[in-house]
Amino acid sequence: MTRFRRPSAPSRLPLPPLAAQAAGFALTRLLRRIARRKPAILSRLGPHGGARFLIDLRDSPLLLLMEPGARRITAHPRRAVPRHDAAIRGRLPAFLAMLHGVEDGDALFFSGELEIAGDTSAVLALRNALDDAELDLTEELAAIPGRPFDGWLRRASGFAARQSGLALSRQEAMR
Amino acid sequence: MMELVCPAGTPAALRAAVDAGAHAVYCGFADETNARNFPGLNFSRPELAEGIAYAAARGVRVLVAINTFPRAGDQAIWHRAVADAHAAGAHAVILADLGLIAHAAEAHPGLRLHLSVQAAAANPDAINLYAEAFGIRRVVLPRVLTVDEIAATNREIEVETEVFVFGGLCVMAEGRCSLSSWATGLSPNMNGVCSPASHVAYAEVGGHNEARLGGLLIHRTPKGAPVPYPTLCKGCFTAPATPSGPAQTGHLFEDPVSLDATELIPKLQKAGVTALKIEGRQRSRAYVAQVVRAFRAAVEAADAGAPMPAGLLAKLTEGQAATTGAYAKTWR
Repeated sequence: MTRFRRPSAPSRLPLPPLAAQAAGFALTRLLRRIARRKPAILSRLGPHGGARFLIDLRDSPLLLLMEPGARRITAHPRRAVPRHDAAIRGRLPAFLAMLHGVEDGDALFFSGELEIAGDTSAVLALRNALDDAELDLTEELAAIPGRPFDGWLRRASGFAARQSGLALSRQEAMR
Repeated sequence: MMELVCPAGTPAALRAAVDAGAHAVYCGFADETNARNFPGLNFSRPELAEGIAYAAARGVRVLVAINTFPRAGDQAIWHRAVADAHAAGAHAVILADLGLIAHAAEAHPGLRLHLSVQAAAANPDAINLYAEAFGIRRVVLPRVLTVDEIAATNREIEVETEVFVFGGLCVMAEGRCSLSSWATGLSPNMNGVCSPASHVAYAEVGGHNEARLGGLLIHRTPKGAPVPYPTLCKGCFTAPATPSGPAQTGHLFEDPVSLDATELIPKLQKAGVTALKIEGRQRSRAYVAQVVRAFRAAVEAADAGAPMPAGLLAKLTEGQAATTGAYAKTWR
């Protein structure tokens, strides 16, 4: 398993005005697109579809609150932690590796790369639902602007993944 | 070549197992008929049919685990699960309850029956009874036998044997353990959950990570250290000081480690074992792909008389440490 490098600490950088609103708007749009294309995610969440998940990317200045039932993601400054039912904490590379099937979620948790708190059932349901969905964020993002930007975005993502070591695409697609 | 039986908690994991080289995949329905009844896991009826079609197109068999014990008055739920697995084209069903086995043998005479590890059939007399009375074709042996005991068992039975080689390690008489029931009111035997996630809580307390089950503190580790899933049989407990000695802290039954019997595959083959089982229906498709690929290479190596690869999967194990479990009887 990859031991992820500790990046610099952008979580302490000052935020530009409206950064949280812009991030929330973009991520909500992405979430709604994924929910339309992969409805099984919500059905797998079952009774946890209404849970509020705090996503704490330790290398980000913003906290994310994901509400799958409302199909909404909002971003919040670290000083204003929103109410939530469950929290998942870790660095961006670990989240991306789990999301794209590069690393096993349990292994990331056993190794301390990811930590959870709150409603453990809801976190397990979310992890299992996302794992089954075989998401590919590069493909989801590329589909939003459509042609001719999709090809450029895929190439840019591939270049960024090689430079950064981040898992920006689904594991099976990377082979 | 020994048959590799691989876990699938989701349709994506089933496809990952098939693509990685599984000979057979086992899975279950998303309800209490299945001993891995965890949130977000398992198969609907249409998903099972699609999974079986995907596997069959690639020459891989699908086994359906219906391996909990029916509640009195609610047997119809379990009967329907057997009928639906049969109708979907499952190669076999994996059953534990005597009454359900009798029902399946009578109502579905063409359906291949495997005896689940949850039945805890650990000697030739018990296994032969299941075979003679109900036509059981394969038994999944409990994880409490040594390799020599497995060889001795195989000499006295006609049915195939399947043994666990990797993953979570149950050290109890499976199907009879009540530790989870004691702590939470829910058990793997009746509800399909050992240490149900609904009763698990992780918290950071005073620079340590704590893992609790039903309010009971099971593990406390320094921040940043691995945090095992809180199961009572692998818990870390403190015994108070006594006149004869100081207080002691340690694991009562077993350390939070996983089984890895890769090195024993040639001995298991020699002992007459037909199939090797990988635990982990609750794990991701990344885990399934990596473990299946590694074990497919291992069984091919065993078939060719080549040495076993070792240490490839340590990072995927609970506590990031592995044991050969009861097969070599080195644990306390």
